[in-house]
Amino acid sequence: MSIHARFLLDHGDFCLDADFTLPGRGVSVLFGSSGSGKTSILRAIAGLEPAARGALEVNGVCWQDDEKAFFLPTHQRGLGMVFQEASLFAHLDVRRNLEYGFSRTPPQERRIGWDQAVEWMGIGHLLERRAQMLSGGERQRVAIARALLASPSLLLLDEPLTALDFRRKQEILPYLENLQRELDIPLIYVSHALEEVVRLADYLLLVEAGKVAAGGAPAEILSRLDLPAGFAEEAGTVIEARMEEIDTRDRLARLAFAGGELWAPLTPALESLPTGAPARIRIHARDVSIALSEHVDSSILNRFPAIIESSAPAEHPAHMLLRLSAAGTPIVARITRRSHEALGLRPGLQVWLQIKAVALV
Amino acid sequence: MLTSHDWAAIVLTLKLAGLTTVILLILSLPLAWWLARSRSLAASVVGALATLPLVLPPTVLGFYLLVAMGEHGPLGWLTLKLGWGLLSFSFTGLVIASVIYSLPFAVHPLQQAFKAIGERPFEVAATLRASKLDAFFSVALPLARPGIITAAVMSFAHTVGEFGVVLMIGGNIPGRTRVVSVQIFDHVEALEYAQAHWLSGGMLLFSFIVLLTLYLLQRRNFRVI
Repeated sequence: MSIHARFLLDHGDFCLDADFTLPGRGVSVLFGSSGSGKTSILRAIAGLEPAARGALEVNGVCWQDDEKAFFLPTHQRGLGMVFQEASLFAHLDVRRNLEYGFSRTPPQERRIGWDQAVEWMGIGHLLERRAQMLSGGERQRVAIARALLASPSLLLLDEPLTALDFRRKQEILPYLENLQRELDIPLIYVSHALEEVVRLADYLLLVEAGKVAAGGAPAEILSRLDLPAGFAEEAGTVIEARMEEIDTRDRLARLAFAGGELWAPLTPALESLPTGAPARIRIHARDVSIALSEHVDSSILNRFPAIIESSAPAEHPAHMLLRLSAAGTPIVARITRRSHEALGLRPGLQVWLQIKAVALV
Repeated sequence: MLTSHDWAAIVLTLKLAGLTTVILLILSLPLAWWLARSRSLAASVVGALATLPLVLPPTVLGFYLLVAMGEHGPLGWLTLKLGWGLLSFSFTGLVIASVIYSLPFAVHPLQQAFKAIGERPFEVAATLRASKLDAFFSVALPLARPGIITAAVMSFAHTVGEFGVVLMIGGNIPGRTRVVSVQIFDHVEALEYAQAHWLSGGMLLFSFIVLLTLYLLQRRNFRVI
């Protein structure tokens, strides 16, 4: 089960040439700066860029193949799309906006129930309102529910949070995470916000200047030092960990991952996780320091061994980025050039990592 | 007050305007839709042609229509071949002339309304399983409603007020081609100022009420978000 795509699009000043495969389930994030072509890719998948040449196959079904002169029109693709700005129909109230796709889906193809979608997005109390009477966050939730109610086999989201302020973003992210857990259809999510990537992505596709720069698991991609400057430094590391125990006396949670253990201050989100539940952890490169031996007399709780894999210049000339492997888990550290030389750090060397802050994403 | 001739003229005018409006809406909806969304050269040419009646003197338009509908004109040749007789000096001829004369008043508001909707609602509709034709009826028409109302009202009012074209191709046949504006002209020529006052005052009031209704309707317009 996967999505194969090859697109060529020439807009004169902008050229898209992308060839990639995405997993057939989970959340794939297309990440890149604005103008990188990620939205064009999404629109080409939806069939909204008729000028895009190439081929597209979604979980075994051909949607476009120019060699066979085949192009499935958007309305026959059975996909759902949420646009950057909520594009609710202004002539319909919320209920009839939701019904628009729902009523056009043959009953035997309906996989998402009305009550389910309304409940997931928390919009039951909005049904009789007109679209103009909703806040930005509410509009996006209605737009997502409306897309879901067309029972799509693929859900496309084009920076659905960009038009919202910070508070609204925080309000809507949990609903998106909900979606990620509850749905068994693939989601393709376009974003230029790292926070959304680390929270939502199961697979990350990096788009740069109309080309696919890299693709893979977020933990792997985010820690690569050869990608556009500053990317790894800003992104830091994403670790897939597991909840182990909660120390109620010291208000700490113990999380386990392949490379060792991490202690994190208890937050309501952490406290709600049952033992053994997966927890995605983010560590900023600036919060990772390096020692040649274990400092048992340090105040820093999180210490574990790792092996240096590579190094690269950081944003500031005084700094360097190191990519390390903690039993296979990639971690990025930012240290000064001076320390790098003083400690004689080089690839292959085993060192101790000290991590100052650990945050659940 | 009003004579039977006056009433006949009023009824004929309303019939002509009503029929013209219905025909214009049916013709203009697809035409305006195409003009609003096509960037082809053909659309520009057709757009200019459809606007021509707005700037041409009605007598010029009427003259060419008269020639076309006459015995030696292409339209006249066709209608004679079909055994329908000549269209000039008939009610049907008036309807055809009115449709052409009022065309820009229907096409322009519709074209603007369709343009204002933009591309996005149709992309949304396509991702919600609506075909292009489905989206035209379920998205374009409801969102263009203010433009459709404007087009209908303007076509009707403009047809009621036409004079030059009617006189050129319809003449002045009571009950068949003599509309209110021509009737007023006749009254004035015959120095029947009282009669002319009644009809002119009625026209003035009618036009004002029509435009007032239009403005009141436009105030309640919803915005496209």
